[in-house]
Amino acid sequence: MAVTEKIGFKSRLAMIKKDQVGYLFALPYLILFFTFTVLPIGISIFFSLTDFNSISIRNFVGFDNYIRLILNDDIFIIALKNTLIFASITGPIGYLLCFFFAWAVNEIRPKLRAFLTLCFYAPSISGNAYLIWTLLFNGDSYGYVNSILLKMGLINSPIRYFHDPKYMMTICILVVLWLSLGTSFLVFIAGFQGIDKTLYEAAAVDGVRSRWQELWYITVPSMKPQMMFGAVMSITSSFGIGDVLTGLVGFPSTQYAVHTIQHHLQDYGGARFEMGYASAIATVLFALMLGSNLLVQKMLSKVGE
Amino acid sequence: MNKVIHKKLNRSLGGSVVLFLIIGVFAFFMMIPLIYAISNSLKPLNELWIFPPRIIVSNPTLKNFNDLFNLMSDSWVPFSRYIFNTLFISLCGTFGHVLLASMCAYSLAKLRFYGSKTIFKIIVYSLMFSSSVTTIPNFLIITKLNLINNYLSIILPAFAAPLGLYLMKQFMESMIPDTLLEAAKIDGASEWRIFFTIVMPIVRPAWLTLIIFSFQGLWNSGSNLYIQSEELKTLNYAISQILAGGIARAGVGSASVVVMMVLPILVFIFSQSNIVETMSTSGIKE
Repeated sequence: MAVTEKIGFKSRLAMIKKDQVGYLFALPYLILFFTFTVLPIGISIFFSLTDFNSISIRNFVGFDNYIRLILNDDIFIIALKNTLIFASITGPIGYLLCFFFAWAVNEIRPKLRAFLTLCFYAPSISGNAYLIWTLLFNGDSYGYVNSILLKMGLINSPIRYFHDPKYMMTICILVVLWLSLGTSFLVFIAGFQGIDKTLYEAAAVDGVRSRWQELWYITVPSMKPQMMFGAVMSITSSFGIGDVLTGLVGFPSTQYAVHTIQHHLQDYGGARFEMGYASAIATVLFALMLGSNLLVQKMLSKVGE
Repeated sequence: MNKVIHKKLNRSLGGSVVLFLIIGVFAFFMMIPLIYAISNSLKPLNELWIFPPRIIVSNPTLKNFNDLFNLMSDSWVPFSRYIFNTLFISLCGTFGHVLLASMCAYSLAKLRFYGSKTIFKIIVYSLMFSSSVTTIPNFLIITKLNLINNYLSIILPAFAAPLGLYLMKQFMESMIPDTLLEAAKIDGASEWRIFFTIVMPIVRPAWLTLIIFSFQGLWNSGSNLYIQSEELKTLNYAISQILAGGIARAGVGSASVVVMMVLPILVFIFSQSNIVETMSTSGIKE
């Protein structure tokens, strides 16, 4: 026994020595990563249990912040509801759009494919170009959409798309979807290109008769790793919607019609300096993002098994 | 031969035409706002107010761009300063990110030290939430590090963006054969030498991708809590101030949108194939 332990210890020392270079390569990145990503999560969870006001912590308040969020903060409930609506619509639809367009683009000849890829991907990298939507859907009759509808006689007076709660959610979802063909889209394009072509030939021999059948029986199963990664990208961004909406409708939005958890967090953290409470909001958002991601990963890993 | 048969079996002409029409229409709709931005930016004042608005410009002019530069140079902080800030942050942040993330990715993918699997798992988890949930603690950390009103407050966190590391690690894992590294080691090359002369040239598509993602993110970074003094703020911040002027500045506003989107789009056009190649290895393997 003692002998094997000794060997184990020695070999572990040798392992660490052998690994020395590995640690050195990884260390600079990891120090920054832990400082700006891992450590803050811990701090945030700790703050959420206190009444930290950005200067000092006076009391440890346990779960009071969370209880207040759920029982005493009507605006938070609105924010939670809006966030879930945004996430459950823009997440899956954005994901499916990425998948469908990536597949469709790959069916096209390479030269045209590059151009179409650019058309779909350009909005997500164009900085604040989404603000153009405020000109297109501008609330007076100079707005492009309003002027067309007025001319066709469909409406009598211009619609204030970004200030009328009746339309705000819909129009914001539209803009967010417009922005959603981002990283996942490219991931899927690469995934489709990477599929072994001989699989399709074999399938054709085995009786697969249309490109739709190919999609279901061959493409989807071979794309599983990319689909899982794409899901992470789509889910994370769909829960984090906030700044785009502020750009479109301002902050706070009319009757909190598109107020999300992200906005609530900025409100309490950036304007009211109730850091303990804001940390509780951040922790809820963190849990929602991580939880739904892990859930979807688990579901996707079952596909085709 | 096989390919011909395959095409005949599963690619009907009608299907191709329908599919092409569908994506053609959608691609056009995706581009409308961008086309509208470009057309607006070229319109003289009288055309901006034509009712109903038009996409086609009859007398294109660069006046809006001119106005934009005049407007910016009238501001208290010279326009060139905003450009410098954004370029400095984007270039430094991108360079450091590519270097540090590649080194760490190499270590995680090929050197595989004790604990490297756990660390990679944590990095995958970190892709599952956005950095906005850590704003408050990060503000405190930046304050404690004395980095308020310092470019480093944006640059250092950008070094450690998890997406770049993730993509690079996955790419290295499937693109670099272990035998190649072993052969180099037998020849007496040090790990550093191997990294710079063998590994980095092979993973060129991946680091080009990292450059693009990081650059896009930093180029578009706007106002944030860490930078309060006006002369350190970014181009995007300055431009969003102009756009906040609303419809009255439709022409100049559109010009500013065009200015901001040109660079990322151009960069993407030239690097598309590299990005797609990198993404081919990006899947999450269980």
